Amino acid sequence: MAESERPADAERRSTVGQRFWRELATGNAMVTLLSVVLALVIGAFLIMVSDPRVQDAASYFFSRPGDTFSAAWQSVSSAYSALFQGSLINFREYSIGRALRPFAETLAYATPLIAAGLAVALPFRAGLFNIGAEGQIVLGAIFAGYIGFAIDLPVVVHVALAVTAGLVGGAIWAGIAGVLKARTGAHEVIVTIMLNNIARFLIVYVLATSAFQRPGRADPISPFVHESAELPRFFATSRLHAGFVLAILAAAFVWWLLERGTLGFRLRAVGHNPNAATTAGMSVTNTYVAVFLIAGALAGLAGASLALGTERHLTPGISGGLGFDAITVALLGRANPWGTIAAGILFGALRAGGVTMQSRTGTPIDIVLVVQALIVLFIAAPPLVRAIFRIRVRAAEPVATAAKGW
Amino acid sequence: MKLELRGITKRFGPVVANDAIDLTIEPGEIHGLLGENGAGKTTLMNVLYGLLDPDDGEILVDDQKMTFSSPNDAMAAGIGMVHQHFMLVPVFTVAENVMLGAEQTRGPGLLDLDAARAQVREVSEHYGFDVDPDAVVENLPVGVQQRVEIIKALVRHARVLILDEPTAVLTPQETDELIEIMRQLKAAGTSIVFITHKLREVRAIADRITVIRLGRVVGEAEPTATETELASMMVGRPVSLVVDKSKAEAGDPVLTVNGLTVVDHREQVVVDDVSFDVRSGEILAVAGVQGNGQTELVEAIMGLQEHVTGSVTLEGVELIDRSVRDTLRAGVGFIPEDRKVDGLVGDFTVAENLVLDLYDRPPFASGIGMKPGVVADNARKRVEEFDIRAGSIDTPAGTLSGGNQQKVVVARELSRPLRLLIATQPTRGLDVGSIEFVHRRIIVQRDQGTAVLIVSTELDEVSALADRILVMYRGRAVGIVDGETDRDVLGLMMAGVPADEAARQAAEHPTIAEHPDEVVGHQDEGESRG
Repeated sequence: MAESERPADAERRSTVGQRFWRELATGNAMVTLLSVVLALVIGAFLIMVSDPRVQDAASYFFSRPGDTFSAAWQSVSSAYSALFQGSLINFREYSIGRALRPFAETLAYATPLIAAGLAVALPFRAGLFNIGAEGQIVLGAIFAGYIGFAIDLPVVVHVALAVTAGLVGGAIWAGIAGVLKARTGAHEVIVTIMLNNIARFLIVYVLATSAFQRPGRADPISPFVHESAELPRFFATSRLHAGFVLAILAAAFVWWLLERGTLGFRLRAVGHNPNAATTAGMSVTNTYVAVFLIAGALAGLAGASLALGTERHLTPGISGGLGFDAITVALLGRANPWGTIAAGILFGALRAGGVTMQSRTGTPIDIVLVVQALIVLFIAAPPLVRAIFRIRVRAAEPVATAAKGW
Repeated sequence: MKLELRGITKRFGPVVANDAIDLTIEPGEIHGLLGENGAGKTTLMNVLYGLLDPDDGEILVDDQKMTFSSPNDAMAAGIGMVHQHFMLVPVFTVAENVMLGAEQTRGPGLLDLDAARAQVREVSEHYGFDVDPDAVVENLPVGVQQRVEIIKALVRHARVLILDEPTAVLTPQETDELIEIMRQLKAAGTSIVFITHKLREVRAIADRITVIRLGRVVGEAEPTATETELASMMVGRPVSLVVDKSKAEAGDPVLTVNGLTVVDHREQVVVDDVSFDVRSGEILAVAGVQGNGQTELVEAIMGLQEHVTGSVTLEGVELIDRSVRDTLRAGVGFIPEDRKVDGLVGDFTVAENLVLDLYDRPPFASGIGMKPGVVADNARKRVEEFDIRAGSIDTPAGTLSGGNQQKVVVARELSRPLRLLIATQPTRGLDVGSIEFVHRRIIVQRDQGTAVLIVSTELDEVSALADRILVMYRGRAVGIVDGETDRDVLGLMMAGVPADEAARQAAEHPTIAEHPDEVVGHQDEGESRG
């Protein structure tokens, strides 16, 4: 039996997504910024207490408290300055190119995060949760990578075809979730989570087949993609590649779709009020499928940029949890394409800087993960942030709602 | 019991819902509280019933100052309330519902149902309510459910009874029964506050009328005041109670419905073999008490219902099994029953809502891209033409007042060439000004040759607009009668009485609710004779 389009059902199907999106949208930029600051402050505290030198100084805190404070300051400032230098500008280098290498590295990390972040952000706007970016990235990488190393084509054509294959791979994987949701009403969160697991083992399996396994290797690893299929790198010193431009173009496309496209109009209408959308002749189920196809293609772009740009071969861990960070990025970007770019770059910077921080000061890179997690926590709990910083809730809002009833 | 409200003020942020309202209810009087939707009647009563805290003012019971922080306090002071939407548990019996919240027990926590039954029987017999304590509430007609609510208040020793829009769900005949009950309660010394926006009824029952407008008491009136006087007090300007319309020049049938049957998701037959047609240039109104299949009928025509059999043709083209989109594109305009749920996307701007079902067609779109400039131009034009009061065309539609929200929906649906206009409860919850406006636009549409199908539970609206009236009862069409048909006849038909029989009965027993002036004399005669 076809999935019912009765308004009551449509209502039930999307209230959680709808409510969450509304919550997310009503937060302001200030809260986002404060969340990041607060997370860094707590991160600083963790750096302090985990540093052995600070622990030593603290053991004689009551005789010479100054030692503890200076050790703590030393520890935090060196860690965060390493984080900064590893992600933005390295002042120790003399040529501009080399000094900016860390920033290029940040953008390289940011590339798949932006693309996959968009894959989460777009469904948010239609009241849907896409938790499956991880699996969609993996499928995108498999498709793009296979075209990249298995066939020979001229330079531009090859890379274009390989990227397109990546988009298709991601779209197919997400499309499964979209169709199941539309046809049977299966909850997209459950379906996409399950598809993540399937994708995780699927790549292990395909890498063990003769079609994918690199000749002469026993471990699951694919051959390198042909040079003609590579996304070209901009600098010899950095892994930053043309995929970054594609991610920015993808963000511009998502913006256009949401603000100017007829599909975007339909998608937002369905996200905000599926009943009214149905009554106005829009098909809620078709919209769900379309949203998932596009989202999957965006995640597939992330997969293609990994397979053809950053890694240039396939391994079972090619995505490495990027698809889950993408959820964070979309949240932090408030499901807005430009916000997603900014959030992607911030997370890319934390990743790139974290590596430098660990190698230079010995501060564990896990601190960066803690900071990321804290950011999400604060974004997802804006009232907490408001309470901490005593931002007054505008009195007019709840009142207006209350007054409507009378 | 004497009840007095002094200077009650209630604000919701910048909105003053009640502004220093004074109201005195004398013992044993029926006090009509008359006001438009949104005038603040319900807020005032919620303050009185302890549901809302007043910002200012005091409540006096028999000259004793009282504060109610919950309905329990109000009940303890002898105030009972019958809400517009009944607060009954459908699967419980009458006795169980009556004891709910004030359960009597016997021994270690055993419910004393017998005591509750006895109470129900006692009250029921005393006032001639004819309510069986063991009947399950969901099987009772709406009028009887209302009596259960009244019994609930009475067994809690209510001496002031607040009835919030009690006639909204009743037919004229049921309203008459309610009036009779109110008179008996009055005779027994109970005071009654009768909240309504229906002029005819308030004149028929009330001893005194207080008129509220925009949160303020604008005056008191005697029930002898004319409807026109009351209406202008209520609205604040002279109002014409009759919609100007010429005789319909009906043409060929546009919409033909034949043997339409709808089964809902609980597998109940909600529309049962209904046939009718609507001709171009006429208004067919579907009358009936809420929930008799009217909503489902319209949804079936629009393609919003699933299990539909029979035939619906628009100028010969079958609409059943067509998508909503195709139906709209065939030239059908649709004003849904609940504008907030089905008519508008509240978070969308006025401009976006004005193209909600046109967004992907020229001139608003070319290919897959929309043209924001054209959308905005359209919005400015419609806002002007339909007098939509919005801060700007970029204001979210959800923040507009009910009347303006409805104007957005109406403007959208009337902004393209229509063959058929379907409007369900087009003026529910609107103020008189907006009602006039919407009615006028519908008639203009009719006069342009569009076939119009109206569904309304308000007999006022049905009588004002209809050229012909289809009455529905339990999913079936009771009959199709002329638009000028007496409301008593319609009321009987709404209870399932066939048209001929209804006409005969109505001629013999005109109701007080519909004919206050004539029947008042009638009644006196009866009493003097008795």
